[in-house]
Amino acid sequence: MSATSAKILVVDDEPPIRKLLRMGLVSQGYDVLEAQNGKVALELLSNNPDLVILDLGLPDIDGLELLKRIRQRENSLPIVVLSSRGDEAGKVAALDLGADDYVTKPFGMEELFARMRAALRHQLQVQGELPLFHVGDLSVDLVRRIVKLSDKEVKLSPKEYDLLRLLVQHAGKVLTHKFLMQELWDEPTDPQYLRVYVRQLRQKIEPDPERPQHIMTEIGIGYRLRAPD
Amino acid sequence: MADQHSDSEQRPSPDALLAEARREEEGRVGRLKIFVGAAPGVGKTYEMLTAARAKQKEGVDVIVGVVETHGRKETEALLDGLEVLGRKPTDYAGRTLHEFDIDAALARRPSLILIDELAHTNVSGSRHPKRYQDVEELLDASIDVYTTVNVQHIESLNDVVAQITRVRVREIVPDAIFDRADAIELVDLTPEDLIQRLKEGKVYVPKQAERALRHYFSPANLTALRELALRRTAERVDEQLLEQMRARAIPGPWAAGERILVCIGEDPRSAGLIRYAKRLADRLRAPWTALYIETTRSLDFTEADRDRIAETLRLAERLDAEAVSIPAAGRRVADDVLGYARKSNVTHIIVGKSERSRWFEMLHGSVVHDLVRRAGNISVHVIAGEKLPEATTVRATVVTDDARPFDAIPYLAAFSAVALAFGVSLLAESVLGLNVDLIFLTAVVGTAVRYGLWPSLLAALTASLTYNFFFLPPIYTFTIADPANVAAFLLFSALAVLISRLAARGWHHTVAAQERVRVVESLYGFSRKLAGAGALDDVLWATAYQIAMMLKVRVVLLLPDNGSIAVKAGYPPEDALDEADLAAAKWAWEKARPAGRDSDALPGAKWLFMPMRTGRGAIGIVGISREDPAPLLRADQRRLLDALADQGALAIERVHLVEDIDRVRRTAETERLRSALLTSISHDLKTPLAGIIGSAGALRDLSQSFDAQSKDDLLSTIIEESERLNRFIANLLDMTRLESGAVVPNTAAHDVGEIVGSALERASKILAGHRVEVEISPELPMVMVDAVLFEQVLFNLLDNAAKYAPPATTVRVASWRDGETVKVQVLDEGDGIPDADLERIFDKFYRARKGDQVRAGTGLGLAISRGFIEALSGTIVAANRMNPKGAVFTITLPVLKADERKKYAA
Repeated sequence: MSATSAKILVVDDEPPIRKLLRMGLVSQGYDVLEAQNGKVALELLSNNPDLVILDLGLPDIDGLELLKRIRQRENSLPIVVLSSRGDEAGKVAALDLGADDYVTKPFGMEELFARMRAALRHQLQVQGELPLFHVGDLSVDLVRRIVKLSDKEVKLSPKEYDLLRLLVQHAGKVLTHKFLMQELWDEPTDPQYLRVYVRQLRQKIEPDPERPQHIMTEIGIGYRLRAPD
Repeated sequence: MADQHSDSEQRPSPDALLAEARREEEGRVGRLKIFVGAAPGVGKTYEMLTAARAKQKEGVDVIVGVVETHGRKETEALLDGLEVLGRKPTDYAGRTLHEFDIDAALARRPSLILIDELAHTNVSGSRHPKRYQDVEELLDASIDVYTTVNVQHIESLNDVVAQITRVRVREIVPDAIFDRADAIELVDLTPEDLIQRLKEGKVYVPKQAERALRHYFSPANLTALRELALRRTAERVDEQLLEQMRARAIPGPWAAGERILVCIGEDPRSAGLIRYAKRLADRLRAPWTALYIETTRSLDFTEADRDRIAETLRLAERLDAEAVSIPAAGRRVADDVLGYARKSNVTHIIVGKSERSRWFEMLHGSVVHDLVRRAGNISVHVIAGEKLPEATTVRATVVTDDARPFDAIPYLAAFSAVALAFGVSLLAESVLGLNVDLIFLTAVVGTAVRYGLWPSLLAALTASLTYNFFFLPPIYTFTIADPANVAAFLLFSALAVLISRLAARGWHHTVAAQERVRVVESLYGFSRKLAGAGALDDVLWATAYQIAMMLKVRVVLLLPDNGSIAVKAGYPPEDALDEADLAAAKWAWEKARPAGRDSDALPGAKWLFMPMRTGRGAIGIVGISREDPAPLLRADQRRLLDALADQGALAIERVHLVEDIDRVRRTAETERLRSALLTSISHDLKTPLAGIIGSAGALRDLSQSFDAQSKDDLLSTIIEESERLNRFIANLLDMTRLESGAVVPNTAAHDVGEIVGSALERASKILAGHRVEVEISPELPMVMVDAVLFEQVLFNLLDNAAKYAPPATTVRVASWRDGETVKVQVLDEGDGIPDADLERIFDKFYRARKGDQVRAGTGLGLAISRGFIEALSGTIVAANRMNPKGAVFTITLPVLKADERKKYAA
């Protein structure tokens, strides 16, 4: 995809962080809008940004509250949240409120760019889904429901396939336990069933299930399928 | 010497100055003015009201607390314009009495309050039994008081008044309140005028006492009472003058070094001796001592006698004497008295006139005679006490559990002994031809030794009769033929009685001694139990139990709690106090004086509360109670309670002191950790920052002089050092969360392998130089953990392994099931841990040393790991392994049980 003129709204009250993000994003060819608080951020939404980078600790409006208001106005605008370690509950809440992904402070630029790319790509995918997915030696054909590892077909149970399909459809994005369970089961279900399926799926598609390369565990949050770059 | 002496006399006496200062200090203690009269009707109330009106004119806030006008017109007129406090209606024996309302008075807080009739006894159920105690509380609340009293109510004059008037007044005011008065005003009226007033009906006379009082108002009585009143007032005025002279160091007629000793005994007249001594002491301005000599005779005393002695000693203390009780050392009591008197420089000895028969005195000697004969230059006052109606000051303590029911067995045994002796005598006489009187004597002695006086006297009587009837000719009659046998029989009887008495006394002593041994043993056992008790609860419980057992009472112990006091222990343990009892307990705590049942304050309560004291003051309150309405404690039991309470108080204080020491030690430990933390933080924060600032500065300022490789190195340094700093701060935050108790595990069933994988992923950069092996048993059950915490633990262990094991060695993570637990191990191939450090490495800020070089790290990682694992109900230990050499960290976690799993899945 062309990264040329995508407009990024950076919401953070710390000038050094805004400066760092501006420099990094401009170097990648993005346009940058900066907001030092929630009020300015809501005003700048009228400039139609393509993605929001949102710090949860803002001086005027609670980060989660702001997230909710942005979602009310812009249903499909990708949002990447900046949060601190140890605040797993905050991250899950943000994701459940509709954030696309999160980055833990302090973060490396590469990591942030990868999350942004996944979020932007997912938005494009919603508009036109990619039927074929390739990452490393794993390939998934979403139309014909065929999963191959090193060109060898892998037999998956229907639930395992549904789980993999969800991960593939949101490749590169973190999916919370809650989201996955809602998608996979009609009834409220215990998270340990999800863990059981993840383990079974890993046994089938990971070369070394103890050190997974495809399905990454985000401790305390959920799972993420490593996206092709 | 003489110079020194006069020099010291020129200086103001500190005590006198203090007393004066206390009186002069405004606002602390109220001032007391007493209007004294010789008899009812002299016009005390009138005088008091006149004085109060004068004060009111001066602008003083005066109210009338209680005034009895007895319908006198002139007096009632004086009440006009004064604020009168409402009385408190109190129901007593079906009638409603209107008592002085002390709470209303305290709430109203006037500057001056009028309280008529100081000697009044309050209706039962009031806060204090006596009105003068109400006055004391008002004074303590810095309210000035005017009050009235007749001279016959003053305690030390009670006997004299009773002697003069033949009427004993039951309402008594202690001399102490009289002496504490700041001003005394004598309201004087000549006997003639008073009798005239009486005839005119101006003196209030209760109907039922009319006759008695008319006798009371004889000119002779009134003259004597008037003299008493004048003299007592003069004495008090004299004292005030002396105190002022002392305070100003005016040389004057000081007390001539007189010292008075009054000897008391179990005799009921001892109280009279005490009052006499008090009057003499006041007149001579001499210190005085009440002495009781405990002789062997005291062992035979009844409980009533003992109580009376204790009461008499207490009365002496109330009247400012020193009360002393010493055991007899010599054969003669007089020697002990004189010995004590000489040692204490006594100049006057007061003894009661003996009422004993001449026979008794010939046998036992007379203490009075001995004293008079051998006193040398000490004056001996022999006082003839009069048999008076029992004084009210001696509170009769009814002894309930000592009034033993009549026990017939000793008497039956006495009969049996004589019968046995009779049988043996028959045999002995017919077979051996022995003299049988000794056999009967044996029976008498045996009974005396075993059962005491009365059974043995019975045995003596029966033995004499049996001996006479069966063995002295003519037999089968009570007559005796031979005069020699008459003498023998009389001798036998006398001997039997004498031996009975002797043996019985021995028996009595043994019983008393056994009783004392029992008490001493209990006290000893108690002190040992207290010494062994470490926790406050144990000490309280032991104390409550001991008091309950030894005194047969219910016990509660109250300790200070949030500015008040609360029940902390009790025996039986379920005891709770109601409002009234709690109020009495609080009163006892605040005033550090006994309160409640059988005491002077709030006697309406069901419990008696006594302060538990140590050298540092009151430490708590002990409360005792019994269902039985009789007085709770005899005098000796009261002493025992004091002893037990003192021991308990000391033990409680010891526990408090130990707690204080612990607190100090903990504070010191916290201080040590804090300084270690500071050292660690300053080192661990500054080192990476130095690297970051240095590298970034070099890149900005010197970028032209660096080649691409150098720039890359500098940038790597910045990133690595920042990451190190980040880990350190994360550790500090984790430690803070642990220590503040903010770590609340969010446990769920988790797959160990998944968490290991995540930790390895996070540590991949750190472990880049090491080989990593993972071996997880395929049958591993899920474990109940908080995934975030557990991952952090694994990360810390991996980080540790990377730090201490050389590069290119293998770091292994293994996990398997072991019975009802799951083990997770992290193994490295480093140098291992010195055995001495295997536990200490889990301490905060402890870092294993290698030589004298400390590895980079926070010293927090393992402490956090242990904290987290313990929060997850698991354990973590460190060990060393050989072949390959290295350290092994083993985490043990409980397996999720099948039923729990089901419940969890449901």
